[in-house]
Amino acid sequence: MNLKGSPFLFLSTLSLLIAVVGGCSEGTGVGIAGSGNVRRSSVDGVSSQPTRRKLVLTGSSTVAPVMHEIARRFETLHPEYRIDVQTGGSSRGIGDAKNGIADIGMASRDLKSSEKSGLVANRIAMDGICLIAHRSNPVMSLDTEQVRSIYRGGAKNWKALGGPDARIVVINKAEGRGTLEVFLKHFSLAIENIEADLIAGDNQQVIKSIQSNPHAIGYVSVGAADYEVKNGGQIKIIQSDGVSPTMNSIRSGQFPITRPLLLITKGQPQEDAARLIQFAQSDEVHDLIKAQYFVPSAE
Amino acid sequence: MSPRLNDRVLTLVLSGAAIVSGGLVLLVFLFLAKQSLPAIVSVGISRLFFDSHWHPTATNPQFGVWPMIAGSCLVTIGAIGWALPVGLGTAVAIEFYSFKYVMGFLTRFIELLGGVPSVVFGFWGLVSLVPAISYFHPPGQSLIAGILVLGLMVAPTVALTSLTAIRSVPSEYRRGAVALGVGRVRFICSIVVPTAARGIAGGALLAAARAIGETMAVLMVCGNIPQIPKNLFEPIRTVTANIALEMGDDTVFHRSVLFLTGLVLMLVVMIILGIVEPFRKRVAYE
Repeated sequence: MNLKGSPFLFLSTLSLLIAVVGGCSEGTGVGIAGSGNVRRSSVDGVSSQPTRRKLVLTGSSTVAPVMHEIARRFETLHPEYRIDVQTGGSSRGIGDAKNGIADIGMASRDLKSSEKSGLVANRIAMDGICLIAHRSNPVMSLDTEQVRSIYRGGAKNWKALGGPDARIVVINKAEGRGTLEVFLKHFSLAIENIEADLIAGDNQQVIKSIQSNPHAIGYVSVGAADYEVKNGGQIKIIQSDGVSPTMNSIRSGQFPITRPLLLITKGQPQEDAARLIQFAQSDEVHDLIKAQYFVPSAE
Repeated sequence: MSPRLNDRVLTLVLSGAAIVSGGLVLLVFLFLAKQSLPAIVSVGISRLFFDSHWHPTATNPQFGVWPMIAGSCLVTIGAIGWALPVGLGTAVAIEFYSFKYVMGFLTRFIELLGGVPSVVFGFWGLVSLVPAISYFHPPGQSLIAGILVLGLMVAPTVALTSLTAIRSVPSEYRRGAVALGVGRVRFICSIVVPTAARGIAGGALLAAARAIGETMAVLMVCGNIPQIPKNLFEPIRTVTANIALEMGDDTVFHRSVLFLTGLVLMLVVMIILGIVEPFRKRVAYE
């Protein structure tokens, strides 16, 4: 039997291709980051509950893990609820809340003025970003101008800043990272003017790079830095204008480089959504927020 | 089931499998093309090669991907450059210069090394190799670090494929060489390696394909500055590392640009394969 050139083979190839390409196009709105990373937090053994209330949360991958934990605890306390937490980035969370695709959108940045209309942002926690250096570095604090100068390639040696006579190894974050945006905004820097020696993807990579480079400087989430310092890592947190990032200084705004973790609703939150948001802002979840190294917004 | 029907079913199943594996490349290609369409429309291909910098999220965005293609190629060429002699040397040593028990042990050991996850190599590179390089030439994360780590990763592949190639050299050659009184060194250099050249080259190509696609290890040790390095101690960024670094962004446009760079990398790999293929055939017929 000669199958070469058989019309059946050709047709089956074609249909296979069409099927898979068609399958691709369905997912375009989701892409990589949001490829439906659904965190289902249903609790077993509650099928006896007659009414099931469902809430869908989408958005920031920074907020999602902590919100997932909060949702699980909420479901345990209120078995009639089922809460889906999906990641996909802050922009998607804000968009989904606006379009009504999600009951609550999650964002790890302030709303832009173009996004604000009709939306209400409920803060559940703060995340601080701090500069770090190697533990052997004697520099304790840097002011805004010094940091700007280091990152723009003006200050090239630690000596002028009270450190050893060594070239500064500047570590920046990759474009598209949330911490980079907060950093640039706070120091009024533009990405194209930064002269970095190394570029890292996430907090851990910055920390590891500093441990291998005694004369490096970088910035990470306060939680990540704190954890590393407490666990004997070879890094130190550099104060900003003399202020150390602590729970109190971040909450009071005295430590300036921060970003909010927000739950976004279209208009004032209604019954179910309001209940969950209230729970997320209450004392009952402070341990969960602190476990992820964020600062609960209210005492 | 009659034998004819049986045969038909088997033919269908097997050709189905063949279509799937062959069609997959096409599908990957189509998927990449589809995802990069928004970027192709609004940025265009030419800016990837004529913009001087890579700042996709800046107010005046720049999309120069050329330095990263150079980075991918340089680190791969460097890695193969030292992994090929080391791997081939290992294969020759195992086959001609070791006792039987040592031979088996060494082969297992190399297979094991080939199975170590790349992130482990990257982590080792970051915590021990980079500080060592940094001692002589800060910041340490550099092209040379990438070359060393990647070469270490692909050397086992080269060694194992070379070993297979060397073992497939007909045993009559060996007996003939012994009968003619040809020495071992002469036999290896003039008979074994030339005869096995095609297999060795094939192995090296396989290793190169793994090296150019490697992401985590190079991301950790190369420093990730998108630039054409002036020397071995300057940081570089590869195309794959770039995608991994920036894919966290949630904007559709930025993601589409990253898919476009992935597409470009795939084209580069195809061009390299196209260049190498005729050369491989010529070696075989020599």
